[in-house]
Amino acid sequence: MLKKEELVYLQEMAKKIRCHIIEMTAVAGSGHPGGSLSCTDILVALYFREMRIDPHNPVWEDRDRFVLSKGHAAPALYAVLAEKGYFPIEELKTLRKTGSMLQGHPDMKKTPGVDMTTGSLGQGLSAANGMAIAGKLDGKDYRVYVLLGDGELEEGQVWEAAMAAAHYKLDNLTAFVDHNGLQIDGPITDVMSPEIIEEKFKAFGWHVIDINGHDFEEIINAIEQAKKMKGKPTVIVANTVKGKGVPYMENEVDWHGKAPTQEQAQEALKALRG
Amino acid sequence: MAKIATREAYGEALAELGEEMKDIVVLDADLSKSTKTSVFAKKFPERFFNLGIAEQNLMGTAAGLATCGKIPFASTFAVFACGRAFEQIRNSICYPNLNVKIAATHAGITVGEDGATHQSIEDMALMRSLPNMTVISPVDAVETKKAVRAAAMLKGPVYLRLGRHPVETIFDDNYEFEVGKGVVLRDGKDVALIATGTMVGESLRAAEVLAKEGIDAMVVNIHTIKPIDEEAILKAAECGAVITAEEHSIIGGLGSAVAEVLIEKKPVLIKRIGIRDVFGMSGKPEELMKAYGITAEDIVNAAKSLLSID
Repeated sequence: MLKKEELVYLQEMAKKIRCHIIEMTAVAGSGHPGGSLSCTDILVALYFREMRIDPHNPVWEDRDRFVLSKGHAAPALYAVLAEKGYFPIEELKTLRKTGSMLQGHPDMKKTPGVDMTTGSLGQGLSAANGMAIAGKLDGKDYRVYVLLGDGELEEGQVWEAAMAAAHYKLDNLTAFVDHNGLQIDGPITDVMSPEIIEEKFKAFGWHVIDINGHDFEEIINAIEQAKKMKGKPTVIVANTVKGKGVPYMENEVDWHGKAPTQEQAQEALKALRG
Repeated sequence: MAKIATREAYGEALAELGEEMKDIVVLDADLSKSTKTSVFAKKFPERFFNLGIAEQNLMGTAAGLATCGKIPFASTFAVFACGRAFEQIRNSICYPNLNVKIAATHAGITVGEDGATHQSIEDMALMRSLPNMTVISPVDAVETKKAVRAAAMLKGPVYLRLGRHPVETIFDDNYEFEVGKGVVLRDGKDVALIATGTMVGESLRAAEVLAKEGIDAMVVNIHTIKPIDEEAILKAAECGAVITAEEHSIIGGLGSAVAEVLIEKKPVLIKRIGIRDVFGMSGKPEELMKAYGITAEDIVNAAKSLLSID
């Protein structure tokens, strides 16, 4: 159970992150707000409550790892890392600009706190597996988290990696699926249905938890449950709303990869700040 | 000299290195008996990971291991490593400059009977085009062992090109190997034969034939296709005529790399010996080399035609 003040803290942080996402993409003039807003609460729960990390030592060997397999949600990750203190919040304004440490998709060599370079969908779970295997080889107790998009599950490599994670009993690995139901060309069930996601992972030998991805209580309970699971990896299928928190973006597929204008951004910020 | 396949030497080298370097881990995609990573697997089962027939995940997993300080060697056939998993190598390994060694066997047409689907003739072209990647194509068992060690010591992605078919051992243990440094195996002044991998042996044989006909051929082993040894190539080009020889497509491999250097810095006459923009086929390795025009005899003929002797 989360204490009331913890819950309020996480909710306020999520609001702040969502505001950053809107401001960043508006200044950049491009980017992916929809899928950044849908996974914000998961990232906030991980970085501001769960993960064992040290922003002053981003390459600490014993840190928990996070792989943003759906790399286009980079604005959410960058905002979280900045708020966490990995780099100055001012940097967020440089998103996607020439010479910026904040590339369009996460670059581990440019941005402190980014554990894996991603952006090409389907590759993050494999990298997370490698990190989890390394942890087991070295007898370290760090945990590895990876966040996948639901559309991303259409990539074959995800299932190669899913098979391997169960085969090697990677119980130090927890995957999230940001199940917002939309991809660039439309609803995932229209484009190429990856459903039923829970049953697919179950068939691949994973422990599966289904939650509301915007409910901190549920997110944190699921993470705790995953930590206790022995002998198999856990996937948390987080049911989310694409564009969450910005009324005109919610469940609107067009906001997958389009930045708001300054005017639209003001409207969004007003809604977010309530 | 006994004939040994470079893949055999790779397996032995890995098992030896595994003893010294505890961070080495080895990954394979259900071909460990063919790639010879099985030798390492037997000795260090806890550091060997079979990923099954899933090359994309093979490369991605290797990348993840490398982020945690491991030195992964990922092995499968060259076609599947470079072709099937090209984009994983590009985005998950080379772009973040991770310390992954891709040791791919069954390169070239001397794979033989398995035919075109399994004969990689474009792997060097693909790997050479990637920033951060080092590309090494060893000649024989001795050079392979040295190259495997050098690759393990080098920080960053390395592509090692290995063969299935047993090849003559040319070097002895005193042979000095340095990544990026070409080796002059025979001095000459009329024509330079610049070769890599299996074609180094053919070039040495060709030089002997040419010598009997009064043509003094230089032979240079370019084992590192990238970074290419410009100095060695420019020196060889002083002959005024250059033949490149590789068991690979003439598009994008050694021939292209040498031509790129020479066209900018010292234009000379060049002929490229290699697979001429066609796929391979089933057959005995020696027969295929003849069929595709990549034997010592073909090098001799190319040299003569370049020097306008015929």
